[in-house]
Amino acid sequence: MARVLLFGRLSDIAGWREKTLDPSPTRLSDLRAQLAAEDAALGEALAAPGVQVALDQVLVRGDATLSTRSEVAFLPPMSGG
Amino acid sequence: MISLTEQGFDPGPLLSGFCCGRAETGAVASFTGLARGEGGATKVLELEAYPGFTEAQIGAIAEAAKARFELHDLMIVHRIGKIAPGEPIVFVATAAAHRRAAFEACDYLMDYLKSRAPFWKKEHGPDGARWIEPRDEDHADIARWA
Repeated sequence: MARVLLFGRLSDIAGWREKTLDPSPTRLSDLRAQLAAEDAALGEALAAPGVQVALDQVLVRGDATLSTRSEVAFLPPMSGG
Repeated sequence: MISLTEQGFDPGPLLSGFCCGRAETGAVASFTGLARGEGGATKVLELEAYPGFTEAQIGAIAEAAKARFELHDLMIVHRIGKIAPGEPIVFVATAAAHRRAAFEACDYLMDYLKSRAPFWKKEHGPDGARWIEPRDEDHADIARWA
């Protein structure tokens, strides 16, 4: 079961912060498509410029292969300090 | 030392502790960021982090600063959770042989914390809540170090 984590405004849009997908999608692009099919507004927000993805706590660009134990985090623009 | 904390902190003792026992350092610079009330528009600031990932990303920023400015040491303390106006949000201290490197490293670390460290900031005010994203100035600030 892949875990999906949403941060910042993304969790407000979705109404959840964390969920597990069972069965796990095998690719990041499939996971995006699945989330967009469930919630079009979220799908659009995840695809917006400036939203980065961390796979198992490492930033990735483009598509990626997922395992059943993957942790996929969607990260909107960051702001600390 | 890098730490995230849900508790408030006093920057004074942090700075005193950081200065202790340094015979060769020569220069310590520090910066404390406070939560702004924005004239009543912000009642509470809420900071979210990604446990593990946030510390690792800040660690990478710190390592880059150490190498670039030949720092002897550095310290970053960052609040997470709910923060009231006037409370410290962030404390950065840098130690170097001479002042220029200490000042510049402090400036560099703050620019990176502002727009590259994995934090998400929500402002709660009388008209509801809104997420704060990096401003154009923050992007211009970080571009100075390219």
